[in-house]
Amino acid sequence: MLTRTVTIQNRAGLHTRPAAAIVKTAARFQAEFTIIKDEFEINGKSIIGVMTLAAERGSTLELRFDGPDEEQAATAVVELFERGFDEE
Amino acid sequence: MDNVQIHGREITIKGIAAAPGIAVGPSYTYSKQIIRAEMKPIEAAEVSSEIERLRGAVARSQKELEKIVAFAQEKLDPDDTKILEAQIMILDDAILMGTIEKRIAAELRNAEFVVFDEISKYKRLMLSAPDEYMHERAHDVDDVMNRIIRNIQDQKLVSKLEGEAVIVSETLTPADTIIFSRNKILGYATDTGGVTSHAAILSRSLKIPAVVGLRNVTRLVHPGDTLALDGYSGVVTINPTEETLQTLQRKAKRFREFEERLADIVGLAAETADHRHIELSANVEFDEELSFARQQGAAGVGLFRTEGQLFGRTGYPTEEELYATYRSATDVIFPNTVIFRVFDVGGDKIAPGSFHENNPFLGWRGIRVLLDRPDLFQTQLRAILRASDRKTVRIMLPMVSTVQEIRLAREALRTAMAELARRGVPHDSGIALGVMVETPAAALMAEEMASEVDFLSIGTNDLTQYIMAVDRDNLAVAPLYQQFNPAVLRAIKMIIDAGHRKACWVGMCGEMAGDPLATVMLVGLGLDEFSVIPSVLPEIKKIIRTVKFKEAKRVADRALGMSSEAEIREYLSSVIKNQIPELPLDM
Repeated sequence: MLTRTVTIQNRAGLHTRPAAAIVKTAARFQAEFTIIKDEFEINGKSIIGVMTLAAERGSTLELRFDGPDEEQAATAVVELFERGFDEE
Repeated sequence: MDNVQIHGREITIKGIAAAPGIAVGPSYTYSKQIIRAEMKPIEAAEVSSEIERLRGAVARSQKELEKIVAFAQEKLDPDDTKILEAQIMILDDAILMGTIEKRIAAELRNAEFVVFDEISKYKRLMLSAPDEYMHERAHDVDDVMNRIIRNIQDQKLVSKLEGEAVIVSETLTPADTIIFSRNKILGYATDTGGVTSHAAILSRSLKIPAVVGLRNVTRLVHPGDTLALDGYSGVVTINPTEETLQTLQRKAKRFREFEERLADIVGLAAETADHRHIELSANVEFDEELSFARQQGAAGVGLFRTEGQLFGRTGYPTEEELYATYRSATDVIFPNTVIFRVFDVGGDKIAPGSFHENNPFLGWRGIRVLLDRPDLFQTQLRAILRASDRKTVRIMLPMVSTVQEIRLAREALRTAMAELARRGVPHDSGIALGVMVETPAAALMAEEMASEVDFLSIGTNDLTQYIMAVDRDNLAVAPLYQQFNPAVLRAIKMIIDAGHRKACWVGMCGEMAGDPLATVMLVGLGLDEFSVIPSVLPEIKKIIRTVKFKEAKRVADRALGMSSEAEIREYLSSVIKNQIPELPLDM
C-alpha cells in the first residue's frame, strides 16, 4: 500500500471535470484508490464521492493506493493533481 | 418574516428578481417531499429481483435525463446544458451503483431505501460545505436520487400540471426548470436560491419570469391561490386585488411592448443618433453570467469582480486556479475586452478572525489591502497577465485614494511581468491599467491620476456613500444616500473632464450606469463607457441610440445647474419620458 498527500489547487467543486478526470485516471489501474479527508474515506473511482470531496478547496487530501500497480496509479493520479487537472 | 406584507387577503412577498417579466395565474405548488423511501426488509430470495428493479430504474433515469438534455440543447445555449452533466455522470458511477447493490444483498433492505440512504450521505457532506456552489451541487445529487427512487417506485414523471400555472417550490433544479418549461409555465417562485443559482440562470435563458429567495412562499400560498409574479422588482403577490393586477398588467404591457422593440437592438451598435460611439459593457461576477451578457449584446466586460474566489475557503487561491477562471472569461469575451478589478475586499476577509475595525468603510480595503499583501497581489497579477496573452485584458484598481498607490501598483505590475518573463510565460506587456474612482480624494485628484493610467472608471455606489458621508444600509440616514445629488453629479463631471484632459477614457461601472434615468445626462457629460448588469443592457442601448449627443449635453448642463436631487430627478424623468415615451420607468 502507498500513501501520498496532495492539495486541491483548482476551483474544484465548481464543475465536474476535475472529479471526472480523477475517476477516469484511477479507473485505468487495478489498484484500489481511496481518498481520505478528515474522518471521511471515499472511493476515488466514484464520481459522486470525488465531487463531494472537492467541496473544500485549498484543503489537503491523503491518497491511498493498494494493488499490484499501485506505484503507477499513484504517479498518474498525483501528477494529475499537480497539473491542476489539465484545466488550462 | 420582514419580507412579507399582509393587506386583507392580499399577501406581498419580497424576494430576489432572478429573471425579468410579469406572470399572473393560478399557483401550482411543486413539492419534492412526495418522494418517500421507507425502509422495508426483503427476503434473501428477493435480492436479485430487487437489484433488477434498481437497474431498470437507473436505465430509465438515464433515458429521462438524455431527453431533457436533448430538449435543452435545442432551446438553450449549449453552455447551459453542462449544468446537467453532473447528474448524468452520477448515474454512470459504477462504484456508487455497486455499493448500493452490495448493500441491498447484505442488509436485505429494499432498493429505494438503500438508494436514499447511500446518496443522502453525499448530499449531507455537500450541504455542510461553506460554499454556495457545493450547495447547488447538493441539489443535483438530490435530483438524481429522487429520480432513481421515483423510477424504482414506477411513478410517472411529475406533472399533474394542466393548463397554465406559476410554479411555487422550495427549490428548483436545472432539470425541473427545463421539464416545466415544456408545459405552459408562466413563472417560477422559490423559497431558496439567488440570482446565480442554476435555475435562475436557466429561467433567464428560457425567458420565464422568476423570483427566488422568497424564504416562505411555499408556506404562504394555498392550492388554487392566484399569484402575481413581478420578475423586474422581485415581488410575488398572493391573491392580488383588482387594483394590484391592473397596475401589474399595465407594467407588463409597457415592458412587453418595450422589449419587443428591444429585441432587434441587441446586434446594433451603441451609438447616439448623431453617431457618437459609446462602449456598452457588462458587470459580471460568475462565469455563468458571461454567456447571458453576450446574448444581451454586451461589447465586453467592464467590471469583472474577482473577490468571490476568496470566500468560503481556507487559504488563498493559487495562481493556476485564478488563471483558469480568468482565461475562461477572456476566451468567452474575446475579441472584446475584459476589465478585471483586482480583489476588492475589506481587511476582515484577509486578516485572522480577531481583526476588527471600528469603521471598515474607512478602513483597510481594496488596493490598501493588496499593497500590504504583496504575495496575494502578485499571485493575482500574474494570473491576470497570463490570461491577457493574445487577448484584450485590462486591470482596474479599487479604492484608490492617492497617486502614490497607483505608482506602487504599477511597480507591482512590473514585478509580476518580470517574474513571468523569467519563467518564459507569454503575456500582454502593454496591458492597460486603470483606476476605479470611488473616493472623493480620487475624484479631486482625477487629473493627476489620469496621467498615470490608461483609463478611469467611476464607481458611483461608493463615491455617493463617501461624498454624502452616508452608509446606505443605515436606515436612519438612507434617504441621504442620493446618487443624483448635485454634489455627486459635479464630482462625476469633474472626473470625466479631468480624464479627457489627459486623453484617458472614462467609464462608469456603478449602479448609476444602469439607471435609465441617468443615461442621457451621462452621455451628455461625455462618458465613454457604461458597464451595467446584463439584464438592463438593451434598455440602456435603446436610450443611447435615441438621443443626440448635442441634446444630451444640454440636458447635462441643465441638470448640473440644479441644486437638489429631487429637482434633478424630476427633470431627468421628464426628459426621458419625452425622448422615449414607451420606456417603462420603474419609479
